[in-house]
Amino acid sequence: MTITFLLNGETVQVDAPPTRTLLDWLREDRGLTGTKEGCNEGDCGACTVIVTDDDGPKTLNACILFLPQLHGKAVRTVEGISGPGGKLHPVQQAMIDHHGSQCGFCTPGFVVSMACAHMKKRSDFDDQLAGNLCRCTGYAPIIRAAKAAASEPVPDWMIDTPLENVQNAHLPENTDELAAWYADHPDATLIAGATDVGLWVTKQLRDLAPVAFLHRCNDLQRIDIAKDHTHIGAGCTMTQVLEWASDHFPSYAELIRRYGSTQVRNAATIGGNIANGSPIGDNPPALIALDAKLHLRHGDMQRVINIEDFFIDYGKQDSAPGEFVEAVSIPHQPNHLKCYKLSKRFDQDISAVCGCFNISIENNHVTAARIAFGGMAGIPKRASHVEQTLIGQTWSKETIKTAQTVFSKDFQPLSDMRASAVYRLQTAENMLMRYYLESIGEKTSVLEVQP
Amino acid sequence: MTVAKPLPHDAAHLHVTGQARYVDDIPTPAHCLHLVFGLSDIAHGIITEIDLDPVRQAPGVLAVLTADDLPFDNDVSPSAHDEPLLSKGEIFYLGQPIFLVIAESYLAARKAARLGEITYDERPAILTIDDAMAANSRFEDGPRIYAKGDVERAISEAPHQVRGSIEVGGQEHFYLEGQAAVALPQEGGDMIVHSSTQHPTEIQHKVAEAIGQPMHSVRVEVRRMGGGFGGKESQGNALAVACAVAARATGRPCKMRYDRDDDMMVTGKRHDLRINYHVGFDDEGRIAGVDFTHLMRCGWAQDLSLPVADRAMLHADNAYHLPTARVTSHRLKTHTQSATAFRGFGGPQGMVGIERVLDHIAHFLGRDGLEVRRRNFYASGGSISRTIKPHTTHYGMEVTDFILHEMVEALEVSSDYHARRAAVAEWNARNPLLKKGIALTPVKFGISFTLTHLNQAGALVHVYQDGSIHLNHGGTEMGQGLFQKVAQVAADRFGVPLAAVKITATDTGKVPNTSATAASSGSDLNGMAVKIACDEIRDRMARCLAELHQADPAKVVFRDGHVEVGADRLSFAEAAALTYQNRVSLSATGFYKTPKLQWDRIKGYGRPFFYFAYGAAVTEVVIDTLTGENRILRADILHDCGASLNPALDIGQIEGGYVQGAGWLTTEELVWDDKGRLRTHAPSTYKIPACSDRPDIFNVALWDGQNREETIYRSKAVGEPPFMLGISAFLALSDAVAACGADYPALDAPATAERILAAVNRVHA
Ligand SMILES: Cc1cc2nc3c(=O)[nH]c(=O)nc-3n(C[C@H](O)[C@H](O)[C@H](O)COP(=O)(O)OP(=O)(O)OC[C@H]3O[C@@H](n4cnc5c(N)ncnc54)[C@H](O)[C@@H]3O)c2cc1C
Ligand code: FES
Ligand code: FES
Repeated sequence: MTITFLLNGETVQVDAPPTRTLLDWLREDRGLTGTKEGCNEGDCGACTVIVTDDDGPKTLNACILFLPQLHGKAVRTVEGISGPGGKLHPVQQAMIDHHGSQCGFCTPGFVVSMACAHMKKRSDFDDQLAGNLCRCTGYAPIIRAAKAAASEPVPDWMIDTPLENVQNAHLPENTDELAAWYADHPDATLIAGATDVGLWVTKQLRDLAPVAFLHRCNDLQRIDIAKDHTHIGAGCTMTQVLEWASDHFPSYAELIRRYGSTQVRNAATIGGNIANGSPIGDNPPALIALDAKLHLRHGDMQRVINIEDFFIDYGKQDSAPGEFVEAVSIPHQPNHLKCYKLSKRFDQDISAVCGCFNISIENNHVTAARIAFGGMAGIPKRASHVEQTLIGQTWSKETIKTAQTVFSKDFQPLSDMRASAVYRLQTAENMLMRYYLESIGEKTSVLEVQP
Repeated sequence: MTVAKPLPHDAAHLHVTGQARYVDDIPTPAHCLHLVFGLSDIAHGIITEIDLDPVRQAPGVLAVLTADDLPFDNDVSPSAHDEPLLSKGEIFYLGQPIFLVIAESYLAARKAARLGEITYDERPAILTIDDAMAANSRFEDGPRIYAKGDVERAISEAPHQVRGSIEVGGQEHFYLEGQAAVALPQEGGDMIVHSSTQHPTEIQHKVAEAIGQPMHSVRVEVRRMGGGFGGKESQGNALAVACAVAARATGRPCKMRYDRDDDMMVTGKRHDLRINYHVGFDDEGRIAGVDFTHLMRCGWAQDLSLPVADRAMLHADNAYHLPTARVTSHRLKTHTQSATAFRGFGGPQGMVGIERVLDHIAHFLGRDGLEVRRRNFYASGGSISRTIKPHTTHYGMEVTDFILHEMVEALEVSSDYHARRAAVAEWNARNPLLKKGIALTPVKFGISFTLTHLNQAGALVHVYQDGSIHLNHGGTEMGQGLFQKVAQVAADRFGVPLAAVKITATDTGKVPNTSATAASSGSDLNGMAVKIACDEIRDRMARCLAELHQADPAKVVFRDGHVEVGADRLSFAEAAALTYQNRVSLSATGFYKTPKLQWDRIKGYGRPFFYFAYGAAVTEVVIDTLTGENRILRADILHDCGASLNPALDIGQIEGGYVQGAGWLTTEELVWDDKGRLRTHAPSTYKIPACSDRPDIFNVALWDGQNREETIYRSKAVGEPPFMLGISAFLALSDAVAACGADYPALDAPATAERILAAVNRVHA
């Protein structure tokens, strides 16, 4: 297929197989070797580029970004961060002045992430750079550089505008087109953010054909607040969900802040995170706890199910060939949600256990409880026995202790490289205690402790 | 003076603009081929059948090689000739290369490499320390033992004894740039190799053997690595040799780079080990004797395991005078990746042992860890006199330059250690769920290769007629800033601005017979070699100019880009041109070898180190007793670089080393399953510190001092020592756990959230 986009300000047209990654194309076909490969799976950020579309600039990992995803957009690589005549961008100058590079291999990725954060006037550097690994510097000088450059103006060469009126590249342009095409090609692979599918290509070396890209279906990417619920299109990125959740369910937002990294959240969609059926995806437990509904669509047919019913068994979901996730909707409710993500590293790590608790208490009694976990079973799963043990009881430490004893009825977790079964079970139980202690005002998160 | 200035890395501008070239960025000539290994699926067994037809028939594949197709030496070991490039029929670990795919593209090679059909007669695999001890599977005949005095008696007669054991995990290097090499075949069978290696001479040597040529037919070039950390001391051999063999076979340029997963599956890592200890001490915590047993998993091939394990033994004292001691070191052979060099080269493992012992003693006595540590410190170098003799280590070396008394005192003040310790205790009393911990640990690290003959270096310096200076030395640049430090030395010797000096890629054709850039020795050795070469040219210039100006050569001064001869002042360029016109050579080599070394590794006796580098760190952490989650809140570091050649680069090594060291002991967990398959073979599952894992407050200062030995400008080596400052983070976590109950936490490393919670459960119980 023929793809058109801006590369460092110049229009390029590319004929390439649909799963050719931007990184391979830059390095192998264009000889632009400033963008590095450190992992080829979205975890290190050495391949970071800025992609500008109608929503503005954002960073993405080029190693798991397929060329068709760029159609009509503008791409800026490290080679395009310095200006005409080699004039340095303020973050580049600051990286030199503050000794932010040692071996230099991670540096182009950092410079690109920093330049994007600089453009967006973001000062939450730890979050902006969580997706860029550096093995040499210990990060301190990089943060000093980011701070030093923050007050400098954005160089004018950084401003990209996406292309208008690009010719049709046979990508579905709206949900109806997608639905019709997919119903006709039920064996096809849908590609949304490609943060899963990218790895099928770069690591499992799979040939995926036919494929359909979802990213041009703007109508899938909206968050609409209706009278009694919020409607989140399946194509919404985790960045969009994070923004929405910060206003409504701050603990869900905090969970998503730790989901992947800025680059990953800019790509990954909530639909993909649900549809892949992963037992360790971070959205499903939160959505189950919020009593969300899943909107599925096949051709013109739509159906709505409780989200927990979508997950039948490990690798098995309630969806028919040619059917896809169109949206998820969350009923309006008072915010009682707490999400706890446990992983070896705080940022950019898959959950060993993800526990989401939505417990209503009236007159010191539990009136309702929806509790769901990731990482504790072959699917994202509700803690039904625990919920039943809580409901109707007084909200006290004793009740919590009793409820802790029934977790093993709900879950028989596995041991793997992320955690042992014993640890998973104990921490799941302790998360309930954490919820309780937080409700009575105790300090429970090491992330909130000041030196 | 260019020396001692905090100048940026020489390639900083190239780094930030994406212009710095790494091996995979070098434009290759047309028709370059790409190589990928086919790997074993089992940890131990015999290949009974191997069907590579599907591989050969895959699109884009030009050839597939197995051990039978290798015309010369099938070996990539840096030491014992026990590491075939391609398996000779027996499989020794899961991930071992069996065949080599040569294809038109990288992707074609990767796809084809998965199509090999191999049948094995699987044998039981020796995977763990216990497996290996039970099977007596080891390198060398038996354990190596270094001892001093009657340790058993000293322990048993001491007022108190404790016994314990700690498991210490390995560590993946995770250099951001994976292993890579390119071979370019030349006329007459010669070969040019670009390799991401810390050891170009070794690459040259192994490639020469593999293509049946003398070393003079092979030229290896290394401009830079995207990180090495010891992981590119020997682990690049396989790729370079594969490229050269394939280039010889096909007559075409060949490139090989490991995909990250392959890199982690194939290459060696830091040695993990178990340390058993038994120590006797008095009421104040003064050690009378300590008996260590190191059980080190070395993997399937010897590689550098013997010197690594030696260095672990040599650092079993860290900063403490041990009146009697014994270190018994088992080098266990297992069916896993062959463990290799990693920053500190065994030193960190040895040091964790004694720091654990001191922590245990302090806990046993209910005393402050720092107080107990200080009581056991070596005698201060400053206090040594005719009446006060220096202490000797357990391997018989006198410690004459000990400065930790002074350094720790300064750090106590600057970090406000005592007040913060009290504040931590008070905070813990108020917080039932979260607990803080704090620990101060010192570092004393021996500088020199313990294989004494490696302590040599060469340099080649040219001054051109226009006054520009070009130089090469044997060291390689992997981010540590070696090139800049050495350039600063050269500029200083000639009194010219730094811009006049250029260092180009390390090249075995320029400087021969080099040692690996390792053991923190890069600037000590190469700085000296360059200084000697520069001084040689400078003296020649001075003699020539003095004669022309009828002046005293000793009074010719090189400074500010000029040469002053008597009353005359020439620009350096004029001076160079004049020297040239008078037919005096402006090119010289320099050679340096470290003095004073004498070491017998079998007896474990002598002076293996020229000097020691020192440092100390205070780390404060917080843990969550419900989940074991934890965070470093603050780190204060004081580190000794002697008279620093470049304080900015040195601070960079310290900050980076600390974070890497803390990562080793906290989140970086390597997990193998019971089949010997490494389950953490990508950054998705192996977690090095990310940006937010660095301490919120991170104060790093350099100790203002000079090396007592005559090193380059009295500076000290800095590559490895700061890594071990990360031990303070581990012991701060142990301290936080100790706040949860009466028992000793006996925390193992890495202290993941899971291990911390297990320790909390233990002390609660
Ligand atoms: C570096 C990295 C870090 C990560 N960290 C986390 C993390 O912290 N937490 C976490 O939960 N996940 C994490 N992930 C996993 C990943 O982000 C998610 O699973 C992601 O949400 C998938 O969404 P996507 O849009 O990228 O899906 P894709 O990769 O495009 O697709 C995933 C699957 O869903 C299908 N699909 C996509 N959209 C639809 C749809 N609308 N209807 C039906 N099927 C669809 C695809 O066909 C495919 O089978 C991480 C991934 C990476 C690479
Ligand atoms: S190469 Fe590591 S994120 Fe792309
Ligand atoms: S500078 Fe080497 S990885 Fe960051």
